[in-house]
Amino acid sequence: MVIFTIDTLDVWFGSRHTLKHVSKEIYAHEILTVIGPSNSGKTTFLRTLNRMNDLEPHFKMSGTVMFEHQDIRTIKVDVLRRKVGTVFALPLPLPLSIFDNVAYGPRMHGQRNKKMLAECVETALRRAYLWDEIKDRLQESAFLLSGGQQQRLCIARTLAVEPEVILFDEPCSGLDPISTAKVEDAMLKLKQQYTLILVTNNVKQAARVGDRTAFFLDGELIEIDTTEKIFTAPRDARTDDYIRGKFG
Amino acid sequence: MNPYRTQKIAFSFLFLANLLILVLVGVIVAVIVQKGLPAITWQFLTDVPRQGMRAGGILPALVGTLYLVAGAIVFALPIGLFAAIYLSEYAKDSLLTRLIKLAIVNLAGVPSVVYGLFGLALFVVFFKFGASILSGSLTLGIMILPLIITASREALESVPQSFREVSLSLGASKWQTIQHIVLPNAIPGILTGTILGLGRAAGETAPILFTVAAFYLPQLPGSIFDQVMALPYHLYVISTQVPNVDEKTRYGTALVLLALVLSMNLVAIVIRYKFRMKKKW
Repeated sequence: MVIFTIDTLDVWFGSRHTLKHVSKEIYAHEILTVIGPSNSGKTTFLRTLNRMNDLEPHFKMSGTVMFEHQDIRTIKVDVLRRKVGTVFALPLPLPLSIFDNVAYGPRMHGQRNKKMLAECVETALRRAYLWDEIKDRLQESAFLLSGGQQQRLCIARTLAVEPEVILFDEPCSGLDPISTAKVEDAMLKLKQQYTLILVTNNVKQAARVGDRTAFFLDGELIEIDTTEKIFTAPRDARTDDYIRGKFG
Repeated sequence: MNPYRTQKIAFSFLFLANLLILVLVGVIVAVIVQKGLPAITWQFLTDVPRQGMRAGGILPALVGTLYLVAGAIVFALPIGLFAAIYLSEYAKDSLLTRLIKLAIVNLAGVPSVVYGLFGLALFVVFFKFGASILSGSLTLGIMILPLIITASREALESVPQSFREVSLSLGASKWQTIQHIVLPNAIPGILTGTILGLGRAAGETAPILFTVAAFYLPQLPGSIFDQVMALPYHLYVISTQVPNVDEKTRYGTALVLLALVLSMNLVAIVIRYKFRMKKKW
């Protein structure tokens, strides 16, 4: 099932042309990994999907992005962002307790019932594989957790809103290999219920967790195919060079 | 020249400058405390001035100043805070908003007597509030408005942008984000700015000179349309307008005013300190 249809998407920030004629489809319940060197437009692409780019000054786009057959510019932005959540590059807990971090989204959407909130927080933390580590520390400040735990907390916080799509923007760039493995584990299990789009600078990570992989270069979508194909028999020579580490 | 020597010379100048400030402030405080402390009695604080202000206490002036400060804050804090929220969260960065910000910063530097004249023209004469607590409070409020706006704006802008992004990415609206994330983290800074503004309002003479301050009015005010005495003006009066006032009484009044302003600043410092200890990012 197609969840996102992107048609000739161009994005500018001021005079900088960041994305050029990008067209593609994203399917439900897949992990799409997005690779490419720095400044190739991968993060911009990701932030376009739930209109986080709208927050930047001088942002301009043309073309269409359809989410569940509806133009994202006609969907109310907070509804869109509820359905399409983001996990940022750095662990960014809010200056609240662990519990309040996870409960933040549901509370903002009107959930006041304490029992429902507690349930929702537990479910989200379990799905992010964090519950067992922190279930006795829920009232502590989220800043007391380790980096890897903070990042899984951020995943739980996004899950608590019950999105359909989760956008990961280099979620492991600040983490050690063991924490990275835990986050990747969590992602693989989340695939059954969610669509995941993972931007990563780590080519091996893209190969490990991806179903399909897209390669961006200088704002252009060079190639998109199953992860296996991209990593064994890419059609474009530039893709081949990049995944072999010849540049990037 | 040897770089170590130039560094030493520079350091000694920097140190001397600090020492000078410290000594000056120390001397001022010491003199006022030494000369004024003997005047401070319970009666001095709770009695009305008597015998042409040469005896008795300063109660009406003290109460008047407290009323004026309270009135100024009731007026200036909400308006200042809303203006700051608008400027830092909603206004797009355009030439107009930059001009507004520049104007606000410059307003903070306008001499207080100008605010006094402005208050006289607008509140006392045009709105016909007369010389009253209302006119004086509004004038003081306008005077500290730029201070509150600037401090609040800085406090709001010091809340990391990433907190806003996270909140918005979870589907919270902009106003929810401001309410639940930005404001709670900016409140200590806003409070600090506000209290410093209060201290300034308590100590100024010029803005209240034409708008509220009474030369001699021994009874306490009954409504906001009454005139009151105020500490800074009372101090001016007994120091220059009334002959043969005890030195003790004058310095005692100065001491009370100083203590009032300094204690407000102290509260601001304590709030800021507590906030720094709690700050988690």
